[in-house]
Amino acid sequence: MEPHPITGMYNGKFGIWLFLASEVMLFGALFSTYVLLRVGAEPGTWPRGDSILNVPLATFNTIVLITSSVTMVMSWASVKMHDFAKGRLYLTLTFLLAATFLVVKYFEYKAKLTHHQVELVQPVTLHGHDVLKITGHLGEQTDEFVMIAPDPPPEPDEHSSEPTRSSHGGHPEEMRIERSNITRVTDFGPRHSTFLAIYFTLTGLHGLHIVGGMVVILYFMITGASAWQTMPEKYTNRIECTGLYWHFVDLVWIFLFPVLYLL
Amino acid sequence: MSEHGHGPQGRHGHDHHGDEPGFWQKYVFSVDHKVIGIQYTITSLLFLFFGFCLMMIMRWQLAYPNSVVPVIGKYLGGAMASGGVLVGDGYNALGAMHGTIMVFLGIVPLGVGGFGNFVLPLQIGAPDMAFPRLNMASYWVYFLGGVVMLGSFFAPGGAAASGWTSYTPLAVTALSGQTWWLFGMVLLITSSLLGSVNFIVTTVQLRARGLSFFRLPFFVWAQFVTAFLLLLAFPPLEAAGVLQLMDRLAGTSFFMPSGLVVSGVPQTQYSGGGSPLLWQHLFWFLAHPEVYVLILPAMGIVAEVIANNTRKPLWGYKSLVYSVVFLGFMSFVVWAHHMFMTGMGTALSTFFQATTMIISVPSVIILTCLIISLYRASIRYTVPMLFALAFLPMFAIGGLTGLPLGLTASDIHLHDTYYVIGHFHYVVAPGTIFGLFAGIYYWFPKVTGRKMSDLLGKIHFWPSFIFINGIFFPMFFSGMAGVLRRQFDQTEQIHGAAAHGLTVMSSWSAWLLAVAQIPFIFNFFWSIWKGRKVTDNPWEATTLEWSAPSPPPHGNFATVPVVYCGPYEYSVPGQKTDFCPQHVALEA
Repeated sequence: MEPHPITGMYNGKFGIWLFLASEVMLFGALFSTYVLLRVGAEPGTWPRGDSILNVPLATFNTIVLITSSVTMVMSWASVKMHDFAKGRLYLTLTFLLAATFLVVKYFEYKAKLTHHQVELVQPVTLHGHDVLKITGHLGEQTDEFVMIAPDPPPEPDEHSSEPTRSSHGGHPEEMRIERSNITRVTDFGPRHSTFLAIYFTLTGLHGLHIVGGMVVILYFMITGASAWQTMPEKYTNRIECTGLYWHFVDLVWIFLFPVLYLL
Repeated sequence: MSEHGHGPQGRHGHDHHGDEPGFWQKYVFSVDHKVIGIQYTITSLLFLFFGFCLMMIMRWQLAYPNSVVPVIGKYLGGAMASGGVLVGDGYNALGAMHGTIMVFLGIVPLGVGGFGNFVLPLQIGAPDMAFPRLNMASYWVYFLGGVVMLGSFFAPGGAAASGWTSYTPLAVTALSGQTWWLFGMVLLITSSLLGSVNFIVTTVQLRARGLSFFRLPFFVWAQFVTAFLLLLAFPPLEAAGVLQLMDRLAGTSFFMPSGLVVSGVPQTQYSGGGSPLLWQHLFWFLAHPEVYVLILPAMGIVAEVIANNTRKPLWGYKSLVYSVVFLGFMSFVVWAHHMFMTGMGTALSTFFQATTMIISVPSVIILTCLIISLYRASIRYTVPMLFALAFLPMFAIGGLTGLPLGLTASDIHLHDTYYVIGHFHYVVAPGTIFGLFAGIYYWFPKVTGRKMSDLLGKIHFWPSFIFINGIFFPMFFSGMAGVLRRQFDQTEQIHGAAAHGLTVMSSWSAWLLAVAQIPFIFNFFWSIWKGRKVTDNPWEATTLEWSAPSPPPHGNFATVPVVYCGPYEYSVPGQKTDFCPQHVALEA
């Protein structure tokens, strides 16, 4: 695979850069969607990321992913310098870090999907106020009523905690809400609000890209030994192309994290 | 398949096959660009035919509203017709699927997947595409997307019926056929993306020695720019398709505004807060570059055919190249001229009006260069040339009628009328499709080693030319009279009833156009086996594909070509013949 005199790249590398250009357009469209939805939202309805999402967990995930980019480039550098064993070790580390990212993601998503919001026709009294929305965890549900254990009220100081972590006391008693008084019951999944819709879509699509990358990395982990025997240079170039893709996926997260979680 | 050897300039060396590939690997799951090109061509021609049939049913309803559709009326399913008479939803489904199928399953796969795949590697002297297996994957993903699209006709409630534009919130609340449409689109977009990477890498990295960029045939330039449009413009629609799927399946509100009421029922299951305009922006961001994807391959073909049949170089080759590249860039900044009537402010509409006016300049330059190429030429009126010549005034009409649409003031009156339908069909139907016909007649000898019948070709051309104008020219007048698009019964309104004669004329022209295709269909298949055998270069052309055998073997060229001159060295003074192939050095 000779580099071309004009581009200085072999075919596969040029191809992957073009593919990444299209990926920029793909995620760009979704970021544009975020902007349009946020700008068009009723004032006060768009939540701050850190009031709904788990920032410490996502920060940990950011560090995990950046580290995986480092191990990915170390893998390519090792095989480029003809050290296959080290290359495969770093490839394995990359895979494990990616898996860690996804596991953390699983817990993030699970917390959202098991947390619910009930929207009411007539207000009910909760924590001393009349409210039209109750958030909390669902209990028994029948055709006539829904039982919900409401979240504790937010802390008086403005660093709002994750609603799912009720650290003080046990959770309050379950409330019974008649179905006739309910407009909508929703989890904190994508249907909850446009913010969570774009959150799940952006992070979900990003997560699928991580899975795709993991599949490719796993393939090279498994077939690496025999590929190294028959076509070491081609194998090295394939690791390089995988690395380019992986860095892109990491770069997307570096934009995602502040936009969704911190702004 | 064993690995390729090293070759100069990043090209693959000749493949070494251990055993002869079996039937499936040779003809079905082939990685040879020529087989894949033929697969794309046959599949897309079938889809074009099917899309045409859908339109013919629509035209019955338009000409003879609320009467039983002859011949097939009784076979139309319950979602589409009642007692053989089309119902409104059925008409909408036909309209949405006609547009979708023609654009995404017909024209683009033929122009890019068919012609691009077969001709481009040959014209640059390459043995195949840069990524042959990716090429095969592109075709099969397209095929699968087509199956899904056709499958939507069998969904409960019938096929997608929200226009090829799938505007929300209608499309979000529509029946399940729309979900099939969205999945089909995701597959088709993926196919295009994979293909576009292939085309760009191939064009840049696999050119033969001596083939610099400014020696490339204009067809290659057109495909090259088209590939960039597909690469960069399609992803936003893929994203939008995913978002609409989420609105439909996951209950999100990307496109669902707050307080929406459908048929008297408040849609409280949605959170609201979404924007129907968001869909329009994401859709048109692709769909405008998409229309250049529709026209550019045809322009490339017409350029080749004109150069060959005028026996002189194209006039203004450099202008053509700079124009097509500039056109590509500009196509990304005009999209909201499809949205002038959405309530946008004058600053924004002025911007898009300006860019739309600017983009007409390179199109006019291209057309002018092609027309000037005819001046003092020795024109050979071959069948490809007839279609290529017809392309010129047809594209001119299409382009000129776009101007009142791009100017916001006149667009107020013409938006969503039949004027728009007339405009865009002129560019795509007598425009692009005629260009594609020219290409079929022109390259048929290279693909098969035989020529199509000239007599049948002329019998195909003349009625087609007459009747296609008969369909679309009246639409400008209908549109100016105020007749609206996507209207199942125009006669319900006074002006629609008054203009009904034009509608009937369009409908009869459409059915007669169908009859005019019969000589072509017969000619195409008959000539594959019984056409007159010809030499490798029956048109006496200069570009590299004609130096390969007809049909070219796997690997294309017996010896790797080297290029010595530009692509259109016709009638060079002092040479013995009136054409000098690119791979032959001009005698001193």
